[in-house]
Amino acid sequence: MARIGVFVCHCGENISSTVDCAKVAEIASNYPGVVYSIDYKYMCSDPGQNLIKEAIQKHKLTGVVVAACSPRMHEPTFRKATAEAGLNPYLCEMANLREHCSWVHYREDTTTEKAAELVRVLVEKVKHNEELYPIKVPITKTALVIGGGIGGIQAALDIANSGHKVIMVEKNPSIGGKMAQLSETFPTLDCSQCILTPRMVEVAQHPNITLYTYAEIESVDGFIGNFKVTIRQKAKSVDHKACTGCGLCIEKCPIKKIPDEFNAGLGNRAAIYVPFPQAVPNKPVIDRNNCTYFLKGKCGLCKKVCPADAIHYEQEDELIKVDVGAIVAATGFDIKHSDFFPEYGYGKYPDVIDGLQFERLASASGPTLGVLKRPSDGKEPESIVFIACAGSRDPAKGIPYCSKICCMYTAKHAMLFKHKNHHGKATVFYMDIRAGGKMYDEFVRRAIEEDDVNYIRGRVSRIYEKNGKLIVCGVDTLLNSRPVEIEADMVVLATAAIANSDSEELAQKLHISYDPYHFFSEAHPKLRPVETNTAGIMLAGACQAPKDIPDTVSQASGTAAKVVALFSQDELTREPLIAYVNNNTCVGCFLCQSVCPYLAIEKEEIRRRDGTLVKTVAKINPGLCQGCGTCVALCRSKSIDIHGYTNRQIYAEVSALFNRREYAGV
Amino acid sequence: MTKIGYFPGCSLNGTAKEYDLSLKAIARFADVELVELNDWNCCGATAAHSLNSTLAVALPARNLAIAERMGFDEILVPCAACYSRLAQALYEIKSDEKYRTKIPQLIEMEIKGTANPITVLDFINKYVLDKIKDKLTNKLNAKFACYYGCLLTRPEHLSTIERREDPLVMEQIVKLAGGIAIDWAFKVECCGAGLSVVRTDIVGKLCAKIVDDASSRGADAIVVACPMCHSNLDMRRSEINKNLSTDNKIPAIYITQLLGLALGIEPNKLGFDKHFVPADNFIQKLQKQTVEV
Repeated sequence: MARIGVFVCHCGENISSTVDCAKVAEIASNYPGVVYSIDYKYMCSDPGQNLIKEAIQKHKLTGVVVAACSPRMHEPTFRKATAEAGLNPYLCEMANLREHCSWVHYREDTTTEKAAELVRVLVEKVKHNEELYPIKVPITKTALVIGGGIGGIQAALDIANSGHKVIMVEKNPSIGGKMAQLSETFPTLDCSQCILTPRMVEVAQHPNITLYTYAEIESVDGFIGNFKVTIRQKAKSVDHKACTGCGLCIEKCPIKKIPDEFNAGLGNRAAIYVPFPQAVPNKPVIDRNNCTYFLKGKCGLCKKVCPADAIHYEQEDELIKVDVGAIVAATGFDIKHSDFFPEYGYGKYPDVIDGLQFERLASASGPTLGVLKRPSDGKEPESIVFIACAGSRDPAKGIPYCSKICCMYTAKHAMLFKHKNHHGKATVFYMDIRAGGKMYDEFVRRAIEEDDVNYIRGRVSRIYEKNGKLIVCGVDTLLNSRPVEIEADMVVLATAAIANSDSEELAQKLHISYDPYHFFSEAHPKLRPVETNTAGIMLAGACQAPKDIPDTVSQASGTAAKVVALFSQDELTREPLIAYVNNNTCVGCFLCQSVCPYLAIEKEEIRRRDGTLVKTVAKINPGLCQGCGTCVALCRSKSIDIHGYTNRQIYAEVSALFNRREYAGV
Repeated sequence: MTKIGYFPGCSLNGTAKEYDLSLKAIARFADVELVELNDWNCCGATAAHSLNSTLAVALPARNLAIAERMGFDEILVPCAACYSRLAQALYEIKSDEKYRTKIPQLIEMEIKGTANPITVLDFINKYVLDKIKDKLTNKLNAKFACYYGCLLTRPEHLSTIERREDPLVMEQIVKLAGGIAIDWAFKVECCGAGLSVVRTDIVGKLCAKIVDDASSRGADAIVVACPMCHSNLDMRRSEINKNLSTDNKIPAIYITQLLGLALGIEPNKLGFDKHFVPADNFIQKLQKQTVEV
């Protein structure tokens, strides 16, 4: 026989101002099965909780209904109190009198009546509650970091320095990412490589970090604490153990005119190459799509000249299986290229370049060794126009968001130009200047005031070439809104930051959600910004949204803290509110398997003692199931149920609503 | 013979008579009969849509309704401004319930939205090119600057042109006719349109840029597909030249006239005698070349 206690909270005045709490408690005392009912001003306070604990013991309660606020905040509080009084915590339920009643209604008799009904529904439910126990899952204390840019590097180092193993996977031949391509960094103008390359070396030498470059994620299975990941190590065609990195092969390679990705297409590289001199690892790979040996079957020059016999043409892609407990996605971003802009010439003018190309031109390690020379004829430009928001904040171009980094790097570009050419003319077209950040606005002011960069507020409608000059037609929306035309030697478009072209594919492999622009989604925009909705998978850097270096590094450290916190436990404790299958009635149709968004449903064979197969039924993986209930709705034989929200409990609630009786004249 | 509806609008009956002549001439070669809509009326540009949004839909809608009644699925609207109004009216009627009920009452005619206006460029691509490919006797060995102006490329929801910021459809027609299409900067720039009457000075300034860029890049003629663009580039040449302080004589010709020349039609039957800026020199140059060939 059920012995239910009802505890009605006033929540200060939040509930009691529109609901007569004492009356609710009085009505509830008449419900069948309720043996104790009381109201109190703050049920979540210590005295309030003691009220519950004492009542459980004194009245030998078998179920508790706390009629208070949303369970989101205080359900753990009251379940803990219940457990402390010796009752299974899952025998405590909450009726939401605040959000569902008092906050949304005026003070009327019917408001109190509704509150009483909400309590009655939960009383009926709690009669069917079962004792439940948290699920324990073991943890593999190794983290996988996908992406070797500054975000991945920071996360990997933080996790590795806390004593845990890290596996880093980078798809390019070297780690370093976009930051390695930058010349100087705002707002301090310190050299990007100078601060980055020591970190890259640290990753390579760290005893806790295993580095796979020129590798990609093939597949991800499993769940938090127990992921099983397959890594595809693309064939480098070079044995990195034997290779000494002497560079003779690169020197002798006859194919030397391949657009260099690291220099954003402004320089050339050979078919066997190291992306840049400070690369980690500093050993070459063969680009098979451009190598004569792989295209035509002859050449073999690199193999002939290699003193270490490290060239292995026969090498094949290798699949490496690893077990990890947590995954950090730090795959970075890409930018739109200038051929995206018809009004700026569809990429047909070589001197209309994007921001990353400018970085390479300005970089001491770039194709011009840091001398600003325009791509078309190598002339040093006297006048450069910088166009901010090229694509960003432009719904007509399909990119309504702000790319966040452009205002700052455009100011930096204009400054770098002025520092290299004191008499040069730098013009910036902008919509708004968004320089929120420590020392950021000061930096932009410095560009305008000290370095004499001409900032024009307005958009550029068209660029065309005339007599070897680029004519930039725009508008100055301040100063009488007049059209302006500027002759430039070079134009730099701060093109929109976009998600990587393969980010959607990776998100699907990881089973994490992504936004309409293919950036990965965080679990909560404010309170859980580094986790994804899939437990155990975290984010770092611009794969989540466009971000600058400080923000990326902060997020990466945040993510590392989350991973380390996860690894600080030996076992994971999870809420037991998950689905379970009734083997007796399951017919093994596996409709549930096809709809489960978390891939939590497996097949289980039921066998007789002699080993003959009786049938195959669905089995819920308790590590993966999130208790969403989709499988329950779809199960044709009603064989699946969810602990804490069983069909029986839900029916009890619904039928309670339909079988209304007058328990007191409200 | 294919028959399609034809809405000449006021221009092709007056200032752009040569557009009408040349269009009908190439239509004959393409075996298409252009059937003028019975009792058609003004498309409303630009007075109606500046003053009254309902009238701006009702006026062109009546022409659409006439075309439906005559059984046409397509109406050739050679004037870019007329095309824009008719296409916009169709768009409004299809997307706005208010107009769907109100417009039939106003024009006292039923309208289902089955007659689609098409531009002269779409007409040439769909009905003309295939038919005349083998009849192009005259190789147009000259350089052309193809000028689109605004209403063929804007607004986005009415334009049927690809790469609206840097269209290539006219260039492809020119190439097929044996001409050379140059790359230039002002193909979708504004000509000043209706300001021709009240602010001729602004039209002079805007068109000066267009004329100057085309001729300085070596074009022998500017090719247009809109009577408004043509009249500004042609009739306002003295105002343009005042701005340029030169005597620029680059002719502006219609895309239909260009195809007519390529088909070997006599220039006076294409209305070349009606231009303010004579195209004589240009035509002589072509004919000399055709003799050589």
